[in-house]
Amino acid sequence: MSKALTGKALTSKEWPLWEVFVRAKNGLSHKHAGSVHAADARMALEAARDTYTRRMEGISLWVVPSASIVASDPGEAAALFEPASDKVYRHPTFYVIPDNVKNI
Amino acid sequence: MYTTELEKQRMASAQEDPEKLAEFDARVAADDFIEPKDWMPEAYRKTLIRQISQHAHSEIVGMLPEGNWITRAPSLRRKAVLLAKVQDEGGHGLYLYCAAETLGTSRDEMVEALHSGRAKYSTIFNYPTLTWADIGAIGWLVDGAAIMNQVPLQRTSYGPYARAMVRICKEESFHQRQGFEIMMTLANGTAEQKRMAQDALNRWWWPSLMMFGPPDDNSPNSAQSMRWRIKRETNDEIRQRFVDATVPQAEALGLTVPDADLKWNEAKGGYDFGAIDWEEFYAVVRGEGPVAKERMKARTKAWEDGAWVREAALAHAAKRAQRMAAE
Ligand SMILES: [Fe+2]
Ligand SMILES: [Fe+2]
Repeated sequence: MSKALTGKALTSKEWPLWEVFVRAKNGLSHKHAGSVHAADARMALEAARDTYTRRMEGISLWVVPSASIVASDPGEAAALFEPASDKVYRHPTFYVIPDNVKNI
Repeated sequence: MYTTELEKQRMASAQEDPEKLAEFDARVAADDFIEPKDWMPEAYRKTLIRQISQHAHSEIVGMLPEGNWITRAPSLRRKAVLLAKVQDEGGHGLYLYCAAETLGTSRDEMVEALHSGRAKYSTIFNYPTLTWADIGAIGWLVDGAAIMNQVPLQRTSYGPYARAMVRICKEESFHQRQGFEIMMTLANGTAEQKRMAQDALNRWWWPSLMMFGPPDDNSPNSAQSMRWRIKRETNDEIRQRFVDATVPQAEALGLTVPDADLKWNEAKGGYDFGAIDWEEFYAVVRGEGPVAKERMKARTKAWEDGAWVREAALAHAAKRAQRMAAE
């Protein structure tokens, strides 16, 4: 094995990771597609273009340094999202309207 | 194939929190997807890192046998198609590497594991591409086998892997069809061209069947992977489906599958086929494939030759960031 392939030194030289978001067409929001490694933002855009839009999958790209993404903790999912499940009155189907009343 | 267990490592039976483990098993059994930040057993994580990186390496090394023919493609159309196909395979490798990275491994670690010989890749890519017909046979058979294997993986239990597979499957169909088209053209061409097509089929048929991995009774980690829904069907099931789909295609080409024991079995509604030479398979897994050394040499050379570019790009980015901060 060659010297270039050994050791942790190389790991620290890895290009940073970027998350890629693709807008399929105007009118839709950007959607996460995957990630790429790139030295800077411009290179990340070019790599994202080559990797995720080879077949007209999009008309616009966002790249965001992966390290900048703050994610919710799955362990807190219950605390964050479950309170919504006992608030059924937020949904229109909670209210019973007589059949003869229309357009509501 | 890309995704069979080629390393028979014993599954680490680390002590896991039984409550979390039960919850995890229930989620997987209910066909829920596991996402990167979710709790998962260490052995599940390790199996996935191994399988996904192995799959990624196969896509990347798989560019070599076909890349070998880009400059010699017989027409501009064939060249454009082959370039696009090989570029797709590079893309597949990248989708998969980043899926593996969500499990806590790094790109450099994976590359190092491949180049040092610790990580495996599909045995099929250690066979040489001798004639143009091999490019047809690879698209038709090798990508065909890949499709059979990858379609069920779109529902594999790890979310990022499943999503990468969805993307990949969308792109594979073109690969198989362009290969079949090459075979069709040759099979309907001159006697010499037809001979070339038959010769390619003769050489690629058995290695393609081996792509699905060892038979079920000799595939020790399969059961666990099935339970975890990393794998959704067994090696033999997928292999049988491939044979059943491919034999009529060979007939349509007017070519002969090189298997004297191949016979339609009405009762099972599928083909019976001859014994696979597993000795050859294991020899190739051990790194004794006809062009194994050449493949790793090409990969290592590309990696080392590119080192200064990777370093220069980082240095350039750092300098620009510094300049911008100073302004
Ligand atoms: Fe592929
Ligand atoms: Fe392919």
